[in-house]
Amino acid sequence: MQSAFSTNDAITALPEILLACGAMAFLMLGVFRKGDSNALITWLSVSLLVAAGIIILLAGDGRVTAFEGGFVTDGFSSFMKLLTLAGSAITIIMSIHFMRAERIERFEYPILVVLATLGMLMMISANDMISLYMGLELQSLALYVVAALNRDSVRSSEAGLKYFVLGALSSGMLLYGCSLVYGFTGATGFEQIATAVQADSDNIGLLFGLVFIIAGLAFKVSAVPFHMWTPDVYEGAPTPVTAFFAAAPKVAAMAMFIRVVVSAFEGITPDWQQILVFVSIASMVLGAFAAIGQNNIKRLLAYSSIGHMGFALVGLASGTEEGVRGVIIYLSIYLVMTLGTFACVLAMRRRGGTVEDISDLAGLARNNPMMAFILAMLMFSLAGIPPLAGFFAKFYVFLAAIHAELYPLAIIGVLASVVGAYYYVRIVKIMYFDEPEEAFEPMPGEIKLVIGLSGAFVLLFFVYPGPLVTAAGAAAKSLF
Amino acid sequence: MIISSLFFYLFSAIMIAAACMVISARNPVHSVLFLILAFFNASGLFILLGAEFVAMILVIVYVGAVAVLFLFVVMMLDIDFSELREGMLQYVPIGVTIGAILMIELILVGGAWVLSPETASLAAAKTPAPDQLSNTEAIGQLLYTKYVYLFQAAGMVLLVAMVGAIVLTLRHKPGVKRQVVADQVARSPKTAIEMKKVKPGQGI
Repeated sequence: MQSAFSTNDAITALPEILLACGAMAFLMLGVFRKGDSNALITWLSVSLLVAAGIIILLAGDGRVTAFEGGFVTDGFSSFMKLLTLAGSAITIIMSIHFMRAERIERFEYPILVVLATLGMLMMISANDMISLYMGLELQSLALYVVAALNRDSVRSSEAGLKYFVLGALSSGMLLYGCSLVYGFTGATGFEQIATAVQADSDNIGLLFGLVFIIAGLAFKVSAVPFHMWTPDVYEGAPTPVTAFFAAAPKVAAMAMFIRVVVSAFEGITPDWQQILVFVSIASMVLGAFAAIGQNNIKRLLAYSSIGHMGFALVGLASGTEEGVRGVIIYLSIYLVMTLGTFACVLAMRRRGGTVEDISDLAGLARNNPMMAFILAMLMFSLAGIPPLAGFFAKFYVFLAAIHAELYPLAIIGVLASVVGAYYYVRIVKIMYFDEPEEAFEPMPGEIKLVIGLSGAFVLLFFVYPGPLVTAAGAAAKSLF
Repeated sequence: MIISSLFFYLFSAIMIAAACMVISARNPVHSVLFLILAFFNASGLFILLGAEFVAMILVIVYVGAVAVLFLFVVMMLDIDFSELREGMLQYVPIGVTIGAILMIELILVGGAWVLSPETASLAAAKTPAPDQLSNTEAIGQLLYTKYVYLFQAAGMVLLVAMVGAIVLTLRHKPGVKRQVVADQVARSPKTAIEMKKVKPGQGI
């Protein structure tokens, strides 16, 4: 007789259970409550995410498995979950004003974001191929829906449909890989797979499965050559949704990527290492060159995020504890920079509508010197110029690559970041030296707050980087 | 034994033929009907394997729901499939090349197939033993104990799908008259009927 569901399992998965029950309760509230419940449900969802974060903080960092090994919490999962929850909560807050102004505010939006976040937490904690897939599908389905949220706009619907079709294809590849791995190892749990891989490491079928799994995962982090959906989806989706796509799901997918290759396929590290080296070089180079010709700021940020995923993969490609620490630091800093940049994009409004072209930023330094300054700092930080936060992010991943003796990877990475600096600096040039355009509408308080906080983080990170580096180090250590 | 292998070849042959007809039939409605035939034969194969629960689920879900849904879509949407197929010939060479490469790779992988010792021991120790439980019971025992987490997660995925369908398609139109059962039930002769005394020869 199998052991049944126990209280310990429930306690381990408490944040997930809280999010699931909360989302369902809010759904009921939204459907049955008379009148407009958007604002209420938005703030309830934010507080639900915060509550889940507090539970994760209060729970210990020790490694606990639940549900017969399908679910695991450890230092790594806690850190990544906190990042994801923060990203989701901030994007919900950032979208309040935009959704109202564009008349697409619906109470389902924050609930779908909560459900997507639930999927992300399940992905981060997955310790089994099946639970990984369930989390991934939950997250992806919710994301497809929010991409098409502005259903009267052709571009938004196209974004949702495109994302859905390509996402289904990548899920298919992932599942095919999982089934091959299951066929050759006889197990779906990561620990059992790791044991089987140790025992028989040069099995061609296993490698075949690994390649398919990496293809599926690379799609989710939008790494080259599985990046094609990113620019179109980013451009078509409503801006706050794009901000959400660029932030939390990337963190969760990368966390899942790390856990799969590091804990399940530890025995064949050189094999996945060479795939990751290729993927990361291709992403960095494509991200740097393809962004140069873009005029739409959302498309530009899409290519920028492809490039950044390439940089983060540099850390993972080194395959060491130090490399994983680098990835964690990179993702934390990337999250803050992305949220800040998208808050600036959300503030680009004229005459009741949004403007999305880079040329619309012209002369911002004279109309709104504060926003121009912070956006310029964010751009310099994305480019990786010291002493801003983005420099440290790149520093830690390249350091790991050098220590792992991946010199070509590190050199190409640095060269790609030099090329990438061109288009970031171009934005700064347009803001400071071009003839001013009409001023933007005054921005709402919550956007101002996000821009201010991310600007402060980016500027002042070098003063006191210790806590983040230590926390990331502890998180990485729990995986090895 | 010979009968079961005869049935195996019968079901497989019909299934393969039906599958070929699905992609080659000109009329999409015929394609869907052949798909249903293929599903029925697949469930026959499952019964031969002793997996009667999966066989029934296949008929109920795929034939009863999915294929009928296909049929509705095919009949309701005016899609000209012959037009969709027009450009197909020019993609055939690429498709065949990619298919052939994948096929060769899969054969190579299949050639490397060695059962790991874990798999052999897993296959040997079936829990629960097949002769003690029907397979519906066995699935139920696993689904609600070992896989309860995945079961609940699947429920959440379906919930998101439902919410998504509503968010993307439901429109509240003003001025639509809806049936309000409570109002209908609350109606009494007093509110619905008015009695008038009409004097002869005068009208109202």
